[in-house]
Amino acid sequence: MNTEPLGSVFLNAVLINNFVLSAFLGICPFLGVSKRIDTALRMGGAVTFVMLVSSICAFGVNLALEWIGAPYLQLISYIVIIASAVQLVEMFVRKFSPALFRALGIFLPLITTNCAILGLALFQTSKGYDFVQALVYALGAGVGFALAIVLMAGIREELELATVPQLVRGTAIVLIVAGVLSLAFMGFAGLGA
Amino acid sequence: MSPAASEPATTVFSRGLWKDNPVFVQVLGMCPVLAVTNTVMNSLVMGLATSFVLVASAIIVSLSRRVIPKQVRIASYILIIATFVTMADYIIQAVSLEIHRALGAFISLIVVNCIILGRAEAFSSRNPVFRSVMDAVGMGAGFTVAIVALGTIRELLGSGTWMGLPVFGPSFEPWVVMVLPGGAFFVLGLLLLLVNLIGVEK
Repeated sequence: MNTEPLGSVFLNAVLINNFVLSAFLGICPFLGVSKRIDTALRMGGAVTFVMLVSSICAFGVNLALEWIGAPYLQLISYIVIIASAVQLVEMFVRKFSPALFRALGIFLPLITTNCAILGLALFQTSKGYDFVQALVYALGAGVGFALAIVLMAGIREELELATVPQLVRGTAIVLIVAGVLSLAFMGFAGLGA
Repeated sequence: MSPAASEPATTVFSRGLWKDNPVFVQVLGMCPVLAVTNTVMNSLVMGLATSFVLVASAIIVSLSRRVIPKQVRIASYILIIATFVTMADYIIQAVSLEIHRALGAFISLIVVNCIILGRAEAFSSRNPVFRSVMDAVGMGAGFTVAIVALGTIRELLGSGTWMGLPVFGPSFEPWVVMVLPGGAFFVLGLLLLLVNLIGVEK
C-alpha cells in the first residue's frame, strides 16, 4: 500500500509530472482544442470529469479482477469502462448542451482515445494508491491537464494577434510553444521530495 | 477527408504517406510520437506495432461495418483495437524483452492512439475491406516514416548515436535537451515547419 500524503499526490500530478507536458499523455486534445480559452476550459472540465469517473471504475475493476483472478483482463476492462463512460458523457452533453457538443466536435468521442485517461488508470494501479489517493490523483491529473490546455489556449489567443511568420503558422508554432512550456514545467521538478 | 468512392486504391494508399500524413498533416497520435522517439530502435518498433494494429483492426472493422450498431460503435472499435494491441504486446515481448521494457506502458497505450480509432471511424467503417487495408497500410507507413525521422534526429543530437552506433565520435557533446520532453516538442515543431516549407496543402 502506498502511503504518499494526499497533498504530494495532488501536487505531483498537477505540476511535477504534468500529464501533458512531461508524460506526453493527452497530446491530441491539447493541440486540437486549445484555440480558445473557453473551449479549452470546457475540455479540461470534461476530461477531469471522465478521469474521476474512470478512476473510481478502475478501482472497482481492480477489486473485481482480483476476486475472479484474471489480471490479464485489466487493459481490456479499463478500455471498456472508459469507452462506456465517454459515450454516456457524449449522450449527456448532446442532450443538454448542443453548442458545447458542436464546439468539442470529434474530440469528445476521442476522449476515449485520450491516453491521459487510460494512462491514469494504469498509473494509479501501478503506484498502488488506495481509493482516496486514487481520487486525488485523478483530480490532480485532470487539473494538470486543464492547466496545461488553458495555458496553451491563452498563449494561442495572444499568438493570433502577433505577426507569426507564414511558415510556422498552425501546428508548428504550437509545438514549439509547447516545448517552451514543457521546459518551464521542468522547473517544478524541484518541488518533489 | 471523406474520399469519393471512385478514388483509386493507390491514391487511398499514398494519401497516408504524404498528403494526409497522420503525424505531419493531421497531427494525430502525438503521444507515442513524442514519448518513445528518444532512440531510433524504439521509434521503429513503435511504428511497426502501430501499423500492425492499424491494418488488423481496419480489416475487422471493415468486415463488421454493417453489423455494429451506431450507438456502440466506438466501444466496439476500441475492443477490436485492444485485442490486437494485446497481441502486439505479446509479440514484442517474445521478440525482444529489452525493447519491451524500454517502451513500457506505451505499448498498452497504442490502444488509445488517435490515428487508429480515427481511421476506423473515418474510413474503415464506411469502406470495403481492400480499400480499408490500403488506407491502413498507407497511414501506418506514413506514421512509421514520421516517427523514425523524429527518432533519428533526437538520437543523433541527443546521444550522438544512430541505432546505438556512435556517429559523431567521442568529442561530440550531446544536446541533453533533445532527449528531454521539451526536445520532443521542439523537433516535431521544426519538422512540421520543414513540411510547411516543402508545401503540403493543408
